[in-house]
Amino acid sequence: MRQTDTLSRRAFLASLAAAGAAAVLRPPRAAAYPGPAAASPEPIQTRAIPSSGEKLPLVGLGSWGTFNVGEDVAARNSCADVMRAFFAEGGRLIDSSPMYGSSQEVIGYGLAKLGHPRELFSADKVWISSGAKGPEQIAQSQKLWGITRFDLLQVHNLVAWEEHLETLFAMKKAGKLRYVGITTSHGRRHEDIEAVMRAQPIDFVQVTYNVLDREVEERILPLARERKIAVICNRPFRRGELIRRVEGAKLPAYAAEIDCASWPQVLLKFIVSHPAVCCAIPATSRVDHVRENVGASYGRMPDEALRRRIAAEVEKL
Amino acid sequence: MSEWWTYKLYDFLLFTPHTYYRLFELYNAAIWPAQVPAICLGLAILPLARRGGGKLPRLIAGVLAACWLFVGIAFHAARYATINWAAVYFAWAFGIEAALLLWMSVTRGLSFGLADPAARAGMGVFLFALVVEPLVGPLFGRGWRQVELFGVAPDPTAIGTLGILLLASARRRWVLMIVPTLWCAVTGATLFAMKAPDFWIPPLSAALAVALAGWQSSSAARRRPAGQGEARAV
Repeated sequence: MRQTDTLSRRAFLASLAAAGAAAVLRPPRAAAYPGPAAASPEPIQTRAIPSSGEKLPLVGLGSWGTFNVGEDVAARNSCADVMRAFFAEGGRLIDSSPMYGSSQEVIGYGLAKLGHPRELFSADKVWISSGAKGPEQIAQSQKLWGITRFDLLQVHNLVAWEEHLETLFAMKKAGKLRYVGITTSHGRRHEDIEAVMRAQPIDFVQVTYNVLDREVEERILPLARERKIAVICNRPFRRGELIRRVEGAKLPAYAAEIDCASWPQVLLKFIVSHPAVCCAIPATSRVDHVRENVGASYGRMPDEALRRRIAAEVEKL
Repeated sequence: MSEWWTYKLYDFLLFTPHTYYRLFELYNAAIWPAQVPAICLGLAILPLARRGGGKLPRLIAGVLAACWLFVGIAFHAARYATINWAAVYFAWAFGIEAALLLWMSVTRGLSFGLADPAARAGMGVFLFALVVEPLVGPLFGRGWRQVELFGVAPDPTAIGTLGILLLASARRRWVLMIVPTLWCAVTGATLFAMKAPDFWIPPLSAALAVALAGWQSSSAARRRPAGQGEARAV
């Protein structure tokens, strides 16, 4: 969640303006990255969901905090604008949860306003301590989104996971759901997550992974590759903390080598360049930020050596 | 949420500071002109509480009950609950406080008119809630439309109630201090999680009020002759 203007953001916006000018003066490929998807000569980068082969763009859209705006019509319209920009840039996966206040309802408002884009990959969660009440909560979530079927439903933070997984697998079997997953965050209950990954035929696992929170590199990401489970990464900016950490720091020279015009893009490319990761889900309430975020789905990615270098440099800041 | 203990305070912050303060802006616009009678009632309560006696304590408790009920329904249940699922529980807590105040009003369980140093400090706490706290937001750069007022917004209502209760005698006032004190802790935690610079005001106000009430009680106990229990409402 990124709320504040930063020097790097101003640099990013300036580079966007420069990109626009360069597009007039030079061939598109020579323009500074990133540009809108429509103007980009390259397709958005995707990664396949191992269980199906279906491809998803590397950057999705989270809704934690930023989309919980209640009945504020102006704020709802701003969220719809963010969603419009997200789809226009090539994004697909939007993630939410019943835990996120009015976020589901606001997503539903935006989807209705945008005419329910066909590109949407809907990812939500079930979050209730009673397994028996799971189906009721899922039905309510579908109603709030204004859709008849979710693409992905995840058991939120392993709450009553055994009962909910039973429900979700039954829904998938009945064709009422496409993918099943589980989530955790902040590095919690990784041993339990591992146990579920080993024992259950889940399609997705959602964990916290960013340039400073790398615990999942040890066991969960390798296990996901082994078990052919797609990984969604939450808290890519630690709810804005990482953005504030790099604020004022000069954008390193290697950023240009991986087609990044800002620190947030470097931070996102660190995550999505891991081969086990399917996508990251930064949340934002700003159109310029969502464009910047999805921009990390384009261009060259850091190799392992550069990834280590990025992590080391951010740790020092 | 069976693993609630694994969460940190920050994890419970479901909204952005912008959304939180915008909620007050929209709330103030929606309830206008309810702020006017609320301020008038606040201004009237203090001299009444200083004077005490007769039917005034019942009137004061009744007015406070109305304020708590209004905030519980109009703010917590109708507005705050749209961005915070826990606000439903806050609404119930405010309803309970309103019921307790109403009960005190009906049963004449409170009397006012204390004039010891702690009571004078209580007047200061109440005046702070009524006059100073609404200025805190604008002082920290928030808009006037987001102002939080006694009688219609939870924080000044809770702090103001604690201040008024310092002018009241009777052991049962402790029961009335529970919900306002808890609310001050909850709102302080929320503001702290939002990194609001004024997060310390509600909890510090509540701590001051509780400490002063404790001092009043111990002073009263020392003054009583041995073997004599605390008198019913003075």
